[in-house]
Amino acid sequence: MKFGKMKNHRRNRLLLIAFLVFGSGTAVALALSALNENINLFYAPEQIVAGEAPVGKTIRAGGMVKDGSIDRSKKDLKVRFVISDLQESEVTIQYEGVLPDLFREGQGVIALGQLGDDGVFMAEEVLAKHDENYMPPEVLDALEDAHNASNSDAKAPSYGAAKSYSSKAEGQ
Amino acid sequence: MIAEVGHFSLILALGLSFCLAVVPTLGIYKNRVAWMQLGSSLSVGVFVFVFIAFCCLANAFLANDFSVAYVARNSNTALPVVYKLSAIWGAHEGSFLLWILVMSGWTMAVAMFSGGLTLDMRSRVLAVLGALNVGFMLFLLLTSNPFDRTLPIFPAEGSDLNPLLQDFGLIVHPPMLYMGYVGFAVPFAFAIATLTSGRLDSAWARWSRPWANVAWGFLAAGLTLGSWWAYYELGWGGWWFWDAVENAAFMPWLIGTALIHSLATTEKRGVFKSWTVLLAIFAFSFSLLGAFLVRSGVLTSVHAFAVDPERGMFILMFLILVVGSSLTLFAVKASGIKSEAGFDSTSRETFLLTNNLLLVVATAAVLLGTIYPLIYESMTDGAKISVGPPYFNKVFVPIVLLLFVTMAISPKSRWKSTPRSRLINEQIVPLGVSVLIVTLLNVLFASSFEWVVVATNVIAMWIFLGLLIDLWAKVANKRDQIAALFKQTPSYYGMLLGHLGIAVALVGVAVTIYFSEEKDVRLEAGQSVTLAGYEFILVQMNHVEGPNYVSDQGEIQVREDNKTIVTLYPEKRLYRASGSVMTESDMDAGIFRDLYVALGEPVDTNAWAVRVHYKPFVRWIWFGGLLIALGGFVTILDRRYRTARQRSAIPAVGVTA
Repeated sequence: MKFGKMKNHRRNRLLLIAFLVFGSGTAVALALSALNENINLFYAPEQIVAGEAPVGKTIRAGGMVKDGSIDRSKKDLKVRFVISDLQESEVTIQYEGVLPDLFREGQGVIALGQLGDDGVFMAEEVLAKHDENYMPPEVLDALEDAHNASNSDAKAPSYGAAKSYSSKAEGQ
Repeated sequence: MIAEVGHFSLILALGLSFCLAVVPTLGIYKNRVAWMQLGSSLSVGVFVFVFIAFCCLANAFLANDFSVAYVARNSNTALPVVYKLSAIWGAHEGSFLLWILVMSGWTMAVAMFSGGLTLDMRSRVLAVLGALNVGFMLFLLLTSNPFDRTLPIFPAEGSDLNPLLQDFGLIVHPPMLYMGYVGFAVPFAFAIATLTSGRLDSAWARWSRPWANVAWGFLAAGLTLGSWWAYYELGWGGWWFWDAVENAAFMPWLIGTALIHSLATTEKRGVFKSWTVLLAIFAFSFSLLGAFLVRSGVLTSVHAFAVDPERGMFILMFLILVVGSSLTLFAVKASGIKSEAGFDSTSRETFLLTNNLLLVVATAAVLLGTIYPLIYESMTDGAKISVGPPYFNKVFVPIVLLLFVTMAISPKSRWKSTPRSRLINEQIVPLGVSVLIVTLLNVLFASSFEWVVVATNVIAMWIFLGLLIDLWAKVANKRDQIAALFKQTPSYYGMLLGHLGIAVALVGVAVTIYFSEEKDVRLEAGQSVTLAGYEFILVQMNHVEGPNYVSDQGEIQVREDNKTIVTLYPEKRLYRASGSVMTESDMDAGIFRDLYVALGEPVDTNAWAVRVHYKPFVRWIWFGGLLIALGGFVTILDRRYRTARQRSAIPAVGVTA
């Protein structure tokens, strides 16, 4: 193509279009690659126990904080607790830092972090919803799946849903 | 009884909205002037009855009427009066009533301040707004009536407002946000009215500009207040989390930013006409999408409202109806639109086009990240993912930095064509000076060299100097320079303020991200922790009783160079009615740094988890946000809009006579 023979505004328009195509192409490629690197899959306790969750990759794990499982260090802010799906599957979570306000036994929580070789989940961030009645949808599904799988006759736990603001805690 | 009055008023308002949507439209097609003129009084009627309903709900809160289910869930006799009032919009039903109040308020404002429009145009705009009112009110009445009773057995005591919302931030943040969200309905209505009338000239851009600017300003203010509220109220010092609901409010603002720039271009130069119409449609569609994301519970969010599939389905249908019908209308009507002028590749038009393009791409990137969990779940048989902030930072930041570079250059560009060499030569000095100043400041004050911070601050400084030079160029040759300053239009000052706000916020964002320090520590009384040269000493824990809570209060002395500079009192509150625990952080705010302390939980009999933050320049983010909002507001002072109205008022009289 000979730009020299083209009219000035045509050439400009062509340049503009080339710029647009190139720009949006780069943006899309950039976005998709960034997306692939930064999605965090959710795993229920059952899946983690069964070894379905990858080790050393950032994932999310969620469940109910087991009664009596919170174990605090006497020296610093290290804490260990167990999340369960109210059936047989349990996962130990380790975290260091300030926990969210609504973190307590019997609450549904989601932890973001990595699963270690020893099966202990090292959390960088722990989320608890800011409302007693609210249950994160992922955790609710995990509980229901585990419940259905266990074929028990007991009624599935029901959780009312209300407005919910949450707080997060981030580790270092 | 009063609750029923409220309910009934809402039904009346729905009926009036229906008339507002239908009667002026029929008037246009049957050519009945009286029917068209009815639009204004109908708009006032809609607002009045919605306002009555709102007052009825306020009364139910003030009178502790726990037979109203919404009040029983969100209030309590011990709740302070001011929070009883803000509790009206503390949860889904009431906040949507506020949404409708704002919507009908905008509708009435259009009826009152559009005297300059032709009667035909005004009727069309009001009819579109009326139809939107109908949709919102149907939603409220059918799926989320705030006046539902819990008769015959009602609780003697309410279960209290969520403690997080018992705060000044909640009093002001939602109304501001809704003013912006819903305000985009007005440019949307203008766009639809123009499409249906088939007269797509640049006049519609002049009519919608002030409305778009103000709505955009409110949305900026709402976002800023929300960010500030999250910072001090959530207790962990963050100011933006790329949370789905935040994005839901941010996307309309991004598109709105593209819209106000595109409207300016359309008004001034008669180009991008169909593109501007499309942006007006999309800005409002993103507002509706936001409502859907927040109120349907499809996404896991820290702010999500009640999870109710029925509500989500209603909004989704409404969204599809609005977007679908307006895009169809656009496809049919907008094809014949021609630009009135051409432009060069270095003209201001090109810069504005680039601005629009980058903003749209940025919005698309945010949208993709926000709804990707939904896409992924539907494609992979229910696998649940979340998209982390790193995605948004990676994609969004390069796009907006590019945008800011064009922003630094563009004020010096000219309409139609700018000589390329001049455009480049004029930037050498401000860019060079910016690099010098920022490098010098960095050497003098920064603890380390972060090239991202330096680059960002150079861009911010470059934008700032560009604005100064531009203003100077406008007054330098005048004899009376002060008078010349006053002669510049409010629109121009709006642009200066908006761009200045971006520069200020940019500095805040970059410095806060890279130089903040944070520590979580275990402290016993008398122990201390040192952060960024400040020593935080936990002196003792106090017991405090509030109106509806009890609290453990930490007394934390902050010392610098062995001198006490401030004593902070962060609290851990237990709200009696709901039994929920709340962190109330405390901070020493400053222009150049915040010191921020929040209590975690008691970890031992006399030890507490304490989180301390050092946040340099964090205030600049919100100060920049408020400047941006102010920039949107001052543009309506522009006399051009008023004189334009007076001029076009003459033919309007001709039509009505």
